[in-house]
Amino acid sequence: MLTTALICLPLLGALSVFLLPAPGRWVGSFALFFSLAELALWISSLTRFDFGSAEIQFEQQHSWISDLGISYHVGLFGFSIWLVGLTVVVMTAAIAYGLWVGRERANAYYALMLFLTAAIVGVFTAQDLILFYVAYEAMMIPLYVLIGVWGGARRLQATFKFVAYTMAGSLLMFATIVVYGVSHGFDLATAQQSGSVWLFLGFAAAFAVKAPLFPLHGWLSDAYRESPPEVAALLSGVISKVAMFGFLRIALTQFPGPTHDLRALLLALSAVGLVYGSLLAFRAPDIRGVVAYSSLAQMSLIGLGVFAQNELSLSGSVLQMVNHGLVSAALFLLAGMIEIRTSTSTLSRLGGMSRGRPILASLIIATGVISLAVPGSNAFAGEFLILAGVFQRGWGWAIPGLVAMVLAAMYMLRLVSALLHREVGEAVPAKTPDLRLPEFCVIGALLACMLALSVWPAAISKHSFACLKQPAATTAGVSNQTKAQIGLSCVSASVHGKAK
Amino acid sequence: MIRTPAIDWLTLAPSLALLAATIASLMAAVLVPERWRKNVSWFFCLAGYASAFTAAAVLFERSPHAHGVIANALFRDRYGALAAMIVSGVGLLTTLVYYGERSTVDRVGERFALLASAGGGMIFFAQSANLLTLFLGLEWLSISLYVLCAIERERPEAVEAGFKYLIVGGFSSAILVFGSAFVYGASGTLNLAQIAGKVPSGDLLLVTGLAMILVGFAFKASVAPFHAWTPDVYQGAATPVSGFMAGATKAVALVVALRVLTVSFPNQEHLWTGAAAVLAVASLLVGNLGALVQRDLKRMLAYSSISHAGFLLLAVTAASSLGTRALLYYLIPYGAASVGVFALVALHERELGEPATLDNLAGFGWRRPLNGIALWIFMLSFAGFPLTGGFVGKVYVFAAAYQAGWTWLLIVGAVATLVSLGYYLAVIRAIYMRPGPDEKAAATEEPPLLDRMLSTAVLAAVVVTVGSFFAAQPLIDLAQHAASQLPL
Repeated sequence: MLTTALICLPLLGALSVFLLPAPGRWVGSFALFFSLAELALWISSLTRFDFGSAEIQFEQQHSWISDLGISYHVGLFGFSIWLVGLTVVVMTAAIAYGLWVGRERANAYYALMLFLTAAIVGVFTAQDLILFYVAYEAMMIPLYVLIGVWGGARRLQATFKFVAYTMAGSLLMFATIVVYGVSHGFDLATAQQSGSVWLFLGFAAAFAVKAPLFPLHGWLSDAYRESPPEVAALLSGVISKVAMFGFLRIALTQFPGPTHDLRALLLALSAVGLVYGSLLAFRAPDIRGVVAYSSLAQMSLIGLGVFAQNELSLSGSVLQMVNHGLVSAALFLLAGMIEIRTSTSTLSRLGGMSRGRPILASLIIATGVISLAVPGSNAFAGEFLILAGVFQRGWGWAIPGLVAMVLAAMYMLRLVSALLHREVGEAVPAKTPDLRLPEFCVIGALLACMLALSVWPAAISKHSFACLKQPAATTAGVSNQTKAQIGLSCVSASVHGKAK
Repeated sequence: MIRTPAIDWLTLAPSLALLAATIASLMAAVLVPERWRKNVSWFFCLAGYASAFTAAAVLFERSPHAHGVIANALFRDRYGALAAMIVSGVGLLTTLVYYGERSTVDRVGERFALLASAGGGMIFFAQSANLLTLFLGLEWLSISLYVLCAIERERPEAVEAGFKYLIVGGFSSAILVFGSAFVYGASGTLNLAQIAGKVPSGDLLLVTGLAMILVGFAFKASVAPFHAWTPDVYQGAATPVSGFMAGATKAVALVVALRVLTVSFPNQEHLWTGAAAVLAVASLLVGNLGALVQRDLKRMLAYSSISHAGFLLLAVTAASSLGTRALLYYLIPYGAASVGVFALVALHERELGEPATLDNLAGFGWRRPLNGIALWIFMLSFAGFPLTGGFVGKVYVFAAAYQAGWTWLLIVGAVATLVSLGYYLAVIRAIYMRPGPDEKAAATEEPPLLDRMLSTAVLAAVVVTVGSFFAAQPLIDLAQHAASQLPL
């Protein structure tokens, strides 16, 4: 019931916000109220969640299309509850930001944002392939309009590219799901595993576009640049995680054979994307470009962790998904706040913003420093776990990771100094105000989550895959290869908890 | 004295109800004073469709065992009854939309008479059990539609549409009747159920007849390469009539085609499934690529209806019970969305006084928020997006095609869906993302045209389109009962 409530509450909110006959501010506040209620609901489900159990929890199942064995089947695993949490947190921040900016056509805008929340939560909780696809595609409906209506000047080209790329992947996945479902069953809890490389690639292509992984990232820069900042925050913060969740929940667990055979390829693509994205971020001429390409790099890093597929790298990936979601959402919202003040995102026209604007400067530096994974931060913990796991898989794969850590420091510090230091840029009027209280609250809340995770990263990394919490004795003294096998079987076990 | 066969009135009831409505509307056109004429004949048409729907539902309920009635002229079964329900549902909504269509006073009664008559013909066609009643039903519905297309003879496009439809339709009827003659020549029987057992499966005369019958159906269902009339006719006919043709004519043509193929030609299955696959690919290709370059909304929807014929044929290629269920289910949200979208086009045209194009749709979604959402929903349903019945239909059709071994058709279907997004999303882009005529000025002008009948029809269409997604099971049960009565 709780899972269904998590999906239905934003839907209900979307409907009532759309029909509310009130001025924009009121509509926005109402929407914010719904997203806070969703947050509260998530926290209450978190407190009731049993992290010791590998079973699916808060499960609910109803027959939907009995003819094909398709059902409404939802539930939460350890790692999915964290991603749902990321969704509701970032969405609350995004809606609060939209309220602060005062979006036009408020009814439609907030209704679409809440609808999007429901769809994303649906993806993270779906336990039936068709339901998963339904939620996956339902995300596209509001996103298309959110970018196309409220986006920047080149928004129509951006939506075209975005739709063309993602739908090509999705429809391939749709055909794959039908083939897989008819032959193996649609229900993820009971579907048999498959050894077909083609089916695996059908899923992998869709997720690789969405993440995005190199070389399928062509849509990324336009979409991230032309979206409204809060939608860009959602795209890079949350929706890219949907793809990694898809890999974790479907592609890897239902296709152990093909995953094993194609692991080198997937790791290689991630490694290339990691270095390439970092280099692009270093060269990008604008704030959004830096954040967008750093997002490509970070998703590739998470990809490395997911595909290396052992206990360290998998726990690290889930942690890093949440970290990166929070960081990139904060960065995109900060970019939006700077754009409002200066009407530009181009770094060469900005600069010197720290003088007289202590709050802005502190928040940018704090977020930037966490983003480049300074030791002690939550991002450091995540990257460390991922790289340690990847090292177990093969030390060669860890090299691009190390290179990228250096590059991350380079592009982040470049961004920070281009914004805050140097001489005052031509687009920065002398009277540019510091962050207002509502803006501070939005970023501050995201930052507080990051700091909390810096203090206790194990909250996520030790509470994602229940079977990993078994005593160290079971894994001590065995070779790395065997450890990797244990990691794999563990994830399979934890998502196949029911079947077992 | 001639011995008359026993007459099963319940089987005839849906088409008789519409026939009665036709006569009543026609009489009203003559007898009722001018100021009441439109309302009265409209009411008869509406009542006709409502009672046809009820009668079809009763027939469905009371026909658990399929059998031929009235000397094997018609089938009394759930398959035909479900088709009759779809036709009368589409007709009912079309009648609501048609009410507000501009017209000259002296032909207002005839329009509704013809609309009712076309529906009656479709139902008769869907129930037909031998080649003669089949042809009779086909002509009954076709002639009504020819005239209905051309009835606004002041508009040259309407006359062009009617004339084109008449020529091409007459040609296709001729091919169909010619094919029927071949089949009769080979098998010596007109009875659909008896054709199968009479001749060896490779008989040349029979196979030629089968091919020609298939071509006849393909014309009616606007399946490529027999689609050339569709864009012109849909564009020229009155907009609600185009919606009726897209939703009902296509449905009934494909339903009857599947019945004839499975009942009469089970031994030639390998031939007609292959032919259906080729036709499906052709329709997907022509329909999607054609729609991509249209600016006129009605032409675009015409091409989209061709591509939907392709998707529906995927279900026919399966030649399985699952395929039949897929076909029947698919037709329900598809029919609702067709009527709904043409209703919105009609509304836009009435407001503007000129044909709806992607350019003059700009700002439609903000000017009319609820209608904008409705249009959005219909487009998503056509495109097979989730939260609409179109999605479930596509899952079903693809599953049926895959189960029957047509994996490559699945890829073609997925690619076709991708291409179709190009024009379906173009509509959404037009109504929301292009700057419309000055909105502030428009806000101070008189409120947009309100047509309660039309809004009711659109609302009903939205409910069916979205409802068939969430409550798919009851509709699937209907389709399952109906499909189980075909010999598959």
